[in-house]
Amino acid sequence: MAKRSAPEVNAGSMADIAFLLLIFFLVTTTIETDSGLNRKLPPMEDQVDPPIIREKNIFTVVVNKNDQLLVEEELIDIKDLRSLAVAFLDNGGGVGDEACDYCQGERDEASSDNPDKAIISLKNNRETSYKVYIAIQNELVAAYNELRNREFLRLYPNVGLNFVDAQKKYDDPRTSANAAEELKPKLNVVKQMYPQKLSEAEPSKTN
Amino acid sequence: MSKFKKKKGGDLPAISTASLPDIVFMLLFFFMVATVMRDSTLMVANRLPAADQVQKLDKKDRVMYIYAGKPSDRYQDKYGTSAKIQLNDKFATVSEVGAFILAERAAKRQELQNVLTTALKVDSDTKMGLVQDIKQELRKVSALKINYTTRLGDYTQNIN
Repeated sequence: MAKRSAPEVNAGSMADIAFLLLIFFLVTTTIETDSGLNRKLPPMEDQVDPPIIREKNIFTVVVNKNDQLLVEEELIDIKDLRSLAVAFLDNGGGVGDEACDYCQGERDEASSDNPDKAIISLKNNRETSYKVYIAIQNELVAAYNELRNREFLRLYPNVGLNFVDAQKKYDDPRTSANAAEELKPKLNVVKQMYPQKLSEAEPSKTN
Repeated sequence: MSKFKKKKGGDLPAISTASLPDIVFMLLFFFMVATVMRDSTLMVANRLPAADQVQKLDKKDRVMYIYAGKPSDRYQDKYGTSAKIQLNDKFATVSEVGAFILAERAAKRQELQNVLTTALKVDSDTKMGLVQDIKQELRKVSALKINYTTRLGDYTQNIN
């Protein structure tokens, strides 16, 4: 009888097995949503003598338990919040030492002196819903980002990025150390021009 | 007797599928490597609110997670439907948050202990009262860097 070659193992079902595993992992994979709004809480210890802040430099935002929005004592819709905040921050009504040479606002005397002085105070009720609170935070951050983008593009047109993208690039661990080092002072300059001064007051118990 | 024999039959040769398992395995390994298994099972509803001015939380080892929301369906008989905090794998009260943060912080490497961020994964239907209580606890243990974890989307999705 002729020499018989060893029978080949049938590997046809290998693909099926691999597919099964593949589908299992496809279904169980959850891409984690790890992005959000970064905030810094105020430290606990009370300041010995709080700095005196002029009323016109504070932009008060109050949300009540029915998720209604009161900005500077006026009931407004949330879609107007961003433009109002931009107008307030960019007002630059100060004179002399407090003048703001890069502001493009209306220079209204009743509104903020300088972006450096302007403070947004956000006050919420315990019954305010979290999603509305986040929507408001989002709009306020958007106002800062809008102004920062404008100044970043004006000062550093050759970077080819706006502030938000540049910040993203700086935070990205894949960016080389050199590139990050180059971006850092530029980002800081713009951050200094429009510092994010967003105070979250303790919640009101009533109303 | 011709040297060049004509091939028998005109049917197409079968396409070899021998490399199919290789391709599928390649995909399989990709997903196995890319999958991040949740380290704690969620016991609360966790539909995050939407925001578009977000920043990424890149380095996973510098983040501590606090979940809050209504207990999931299967825990509602036992724990009710009011919003609760979840730390690691169990429900917790507000007063336990501080101890949790301190324990988490102590478990991290020394050089990271000052740069930790607390990610608040709070369900969109929670009331601010609970969030405020958590924030207050975080201030007490001076864990001041927080991140309201959101999903990417327009803010108008938050308003009914």
